[in-house]
Amino acid sequence: MRDVAVLGIGQTPVAEHWDSSLRDLAYRALQAALDDARVPVPQMLFVGNMLSGALASQENVGALIADYAGLRGMEAFKIEAACASGAAAARMAWMAVAGGLCDIAVALGVEKMTDGKAEQATAALAYAADAEYEGEHGLSFVALNALMMQRYMHEYGYRHSDFAGFAINSHANATTNPNAMFPSAITAEQFERARPVAAPITLLDSSGIGDGAAAAVFVPLDLATRSPHPVVRVLASASATDTVALHDRRDPLFLEAAHVSAQRAYAMSGTTAEDMDFFELHDAFTIMSALSLEASGYAPRGHGVGMAIDGEITRQGRLPICTLGGLKARGHPVGATGVYQIVEAVQQLRGEAGPNQLAGARLGMAQNIGGSGANVITHILERRN
Amino acid sequence: MSGPSQWRRRQQRLSLTGEICPQCSARLFPPRDVCPHCGGPARIPYALGGRGTVYSFSRIMSAPEGYEAGAPYYVALVALDEGPLVTAQLTDVDPEAVSIGMPVEMVTRLMKRDGDRGLIDYSFKFRPVLERMAG
Ligand SMILES: [Zn+2]
Repeated sequence: MRDVAVLGIGQTPVAEHWDSSLRDLAYRALQAALDDARVPVPQMLFVGNMLSGALASQENVGALIADYAGLRGMEAFKIEAACASGAAAARMAWMAVAGGLCDIAVALGVEKMTDGKAEQATAALAYAADAEYEGEHGLSFVALNALMMQRYMHEYGYRHSDFAGFAINSHANATTNPNAMFPSAITAEQFERARPVAAPITLLDSSGIGDGAAAAVFVPLDLATRSPHPVVRVLASASATDTVALHDRRDPLFLEAAHVSAQRAYAMSGTTAEDMDFFELHDAFTIMSALSLEASGYAPRGHGVGMAIDGEITRQGRLPICTLGGLKARGHPVGATGVYQIVEAVQQLRGEAGPNQLAGARLGMAQNIGGSGANVITHILERRN
Repeated sequence: MSGPSQWRRRQQRLSLTGEICPQCSARLFPPRDVCPHCGGPARIPYALGGRGTVYSFSRIMSAPEGYEAGAPYYVALVALDEGPLVTAQLTDVDPEAVSIGMPVEMVTRLMKRDGDRGLIDYSFKFRPVLERMAG
């Protein structure tokens, strides 16, 4: 297996892009990443996307984007793993380069969610759940997370307001990210007054859906040493699954797939949770942040929320998370999110995160969660020089 | 869901029929071909009693397309007396009284209509155990 580096990154702002289609957004991010990498023509393209069929009546987006980008003929597929589609595409690109199948592979995450009615997007997002035994009963994707949050609060004795720190941190970090969808700070009072979507989850527990695309160019490490950027090596890429339905889990409050994929990533890279300088986690909902921290070894069970209460997750804290706004405030263009996380981790490791730069960041982790915890992909990235 | 999909799962939707594992005796719902507890084959139908308690719940304000008419409505994970958790809507509930641990029982209720002429979809929901039936 070859060592792999991320040579180039690109992204569009996450927004309601009424003037751009799926292919426009994809092309912009792809071209930005290729320009950044200073390579003209990639050999393989893996497109992370969840909802192009449901919301844009478009499948076959691998070929569509390759053609639209003037790369007709190249190998290109769509990779789907619900909300983890982006990281799944990154993992495919990593595998292709690590395995020696090609020298330049691009992971491109793209989602176009705001063309239709909000109810359509809500229904389509529920496709990440078990259609026959969750979706059919009128469960929205938010509701599944609400079931976890309600039980978590019950078992560990937290109030809803205890989760505020996650949303406040993500919004604070988004204020200085030009690509963020919600670059506005929020207060604990606003968090408490927010409108319920699926109680106990409110609008301010929830990431905002939006349109966006992000891309990362993967190459062998020895090819990256000629790059003008600090070299960012992929130390680990790991993935694991769990039951799709929440009701089938051994323990609905433990993200077993997150645990397994994180442990595999630590083992592969010879690192531990304590070594990480930051963690781009999957804050689709505040409860997911807590569960991801616990499953990945940053907090004991029932103590993930404590890290938010104690301010450990801010850019000044022990483990900064969602350093450019996270899903909550950068926005959550579902199938693109996993690539945004990797792009942002590369920004931090290169020292290109602007006002959000963490001093001396050398090691970072990104974790993308599909469904209510069914498919979890963890990457660990390291700055080389 | 399509008519054939609803028909195929009529025993699950209308009588909560799951499975019992011949190896480890785990009661399973919904049915599946491999027992998640022991990994052995599981194909023996087993009718669950339909009694349980609320493990967790949520009140849905923003419903998915097709379910807007019922909103807001309660959904829950119900821990059945036989062991499995099942996802379902709660019905006939006093909004002030829904709580974790509340005893509930399965009932058949209208789930969804497909316009004026389409299929009428019935499935299981859970309601609080009625006083006169309790105990
Ligand atoms: Zn068994």
